[in-house]
Amino acid sequence: MKNNAALLSVNGLSISFGGLQALKDVYLEIQPHEVVGLIGPNGAGKTTAFNAICGIIKPDKGTLELRGKNQNWPRTSDLSKLGIARTLQGVGLFPDLTVLENVMIGAQKFSRTGIISAGFGTNTRDEKELKDRSMSVLERVYAAGLAHRRADTLSYPDTKRVAIARALVAEPTILMLDEPAGGLGPQDIEWMNSLIRNLTSQMSVLIVEHHMDVIMSVCDRLYVLNFGEVIASGAADVVRRDPAVIAAYLGTGAA
Amino acid sequence: MMKLFNTILIGITSGSIYSLMAIAIVLVWRSTRVINFAQAGLALASSFVGFEVLTRTGSFWIALPVALLAGAGMSAFIEYFFLRPLLKRSGDESQEIFLPIIATLGLLGVIKAILSFIYGDQNGTISPPVSDKDFIVGANSISMSPMRVLILIVVIVLVSSITWLFQKTSIGLALRASSYSPEISRLAGVRVDLIRTCGWAISGAAGSAAGMLQTANGSGSLSPDSLEFSLLLVFGFVAAVIGGLESLLGAVLGGITLGIFISFVLMYVSGSLVFISAFLILLLVLYVRPQGIIGKKVGRRA
Repeated sequence: MKNNAALLSVNGLSISFGGLQALKDVYLEIQPHEVVGLIGPNGAGKTTAFNAICGIIKPDKGTLELRGKNQNWPRTSDLSKLGIARTLQGVGLFPDLTVLENVMIGAQKFSRTGIISAGFGTNTRDEKELKDRSMSVLERVYAAGLAHRRADTLSYPDTKRVAIARALVAEPTILMLDEPAGGLGPQDIEWMNSLIRNLTSQMSVLIVEHHMDVIMSVCDRLYVLNFGEVIASGAADVVRRDPAVIAAYLGTGAA
Repeated sequence: MMKLFNTILIGITSGSIYSLMAIAIVLVWRSTRVINFAQAGLALASSFVGFEVLTRTGSFWIALPVALLAGAGMSAFIEYFFLRPLLKRSGDESQEIFLPIIATLGLLGVIKAILSFIYGDQNGTISPPVSDKDFIVGANSISMSPMRVLILIVVIVLVSSITWLFQKTSIGLALRASSYSPEISRLAGVRVDLIRTCGWAISGAAGSAAGMLQTANGSGSLSPDSLEFSLLLVFGFVAAVIGGLESLLGAVLGGITLGIFISFVLMYVSGSLVFISAFLILLLVLYVRPQGIIGKKVGRRA
C-alpha cells in the first residue's frame, strides 16, 4: 500500500483527550492531484485528524511524511510554507475586514519585503502584487464583485467562497477543506463540486464532508473513520459498498 | 466666553498627548491582550534617552525621533524576551489574564529602579523647542502657543502615520487580523509572533512621543520617579477605556474628551480634583457605556 511518491502520508496517528481515545493508529495518504475524502459518523475524529495535520492539536503518537520525507508535526505557523492551506468548518473570516483584505491575509507569504520597509511604506509594488493575486483568486470563485464589502455583510454561501479563496491564494499543494458543502443549497453545492474537480490540475485536496453526494462526486479515494479508527479505505465506489462502512453509518456497528 | 474658549484649547492640547498614550495602550492590548503598565516606564526611559541626545546635540528635532526609536526598541525587546516566554509558559486562561498584569507592573518598578540607579536624584530637562508663550489676540491672551501648535502637529502626524500603517500596509492588515484571532491568522500564514512584536514596537514609539511632549509641555523636568508619568499612564489608560480599548480613533476621541473634561475641572472647579475626576469619568463610562464611546456591543473573541 505504501507509496513513496505520496504527497502527504500519515501513519499510526493516535491522540487522546484525557481518558478518551480520539484517534487510534490512523493512517492516510494523499497522492499528487488527488481528491481524498475523510468521512465517518459524527464524533468519529475527522476534524481531530485535520487539526493534527494543521498543528492545532499535538498528536501522542504517529509520523508524518511530506513528499516522502519524514517531517515533524508542523506548527500552525509553518503550514503555509509547507504548501498546506485549510478552510475551517466555521468559515473563520475576519468580520471587520473587507473580502479583499481577508484574502490578502492568506497571501502574506508572498510578501517579500521586510517588516521595516513595509513600515516605511516602500513596498507599494509588493502591496499591489498581493492585491492583484487576491483579486484574481476572487474572480476564480466568482466573488470579485464582493471585494470591497465587509466580510460580516456577506451571505453564508458567499463567505464559503471567500474562505476558499483565502486558502487558494496561498497556492497550496494540499488544500484541506473542512465541510465545504455544509449549509449550502443544491446550486452552490453543484458549483463547489465543479470547483473542487477543477482544482486538481494544480493541487491535491483533502476533504471532510457529511454530504455523501459531494463525496461521491469529487473524491477519488476515501478513508472512513469510526470511533477514531480507520475502518475502510480505498476507491470511493468500492468503499461505499463496504459492509463495515454501511454498518457504521447505519449505527449497527456501534451496537 | 474667553475663559471657556481657552479651557477647551488647553483640553485639546493636553488631550492630544493623552491620545498618544491611549494609542500605545490600545496597540499592545490589540496585539497581545495585555494591559501594559510598564508603558509609563518605557515612556520615561525613552524620554531620558531623548534628554541625553538633547544635551549632546542641542536639537529637539534629533532627540524626538531617537527617543521614538528607543521606545520602539525597548518595547519590542520586552515583548520578545519577557512577555512572549511568559505567555508561552502560563498554563491556563486565568493565568494568561493576570500574569501579564503583575509582570508589567513589576517591569515598571524595574525600569524606574534602573533609572534611579543611573540618575539618582538628578533630574533631566527637556525644555520646549519653540516658545511656549501664549499668542495675544487683541487684548486677550489665548491659550495656544507655538509649543502647543507644535504638539498638535506632532500628534496629528504620528496618529495619521499609525492609521495609515494600519489601514494601508500588509503589516497593518496582519495586525488587524491577528488581533481578531491569532489562531485563524496563523492558519492563514500570518507570522503572528513577529506581528505582535511590531505592534509592541509601534506602541513603544507612541508612548515615548507622549512622554517627550508631556515633559516639554509641562514642567520640563524629568525625574526617575516622576509623578507626571504615572499620571500620564493613568490618563492614557482612562482615555483608552473611554474609547473602547479596541480602536485607534476611539483612543484619540477618548484622549481629547478626557483632556477637555480635566481642563474644565482644573479651570472651573479645583486643581486638586483633577486626579479623582479622571477616575470618576472612567467609572461613569464603564457604568453607562462599558464598550466605550465607539466600541461595539458584540463580545470580541480573545
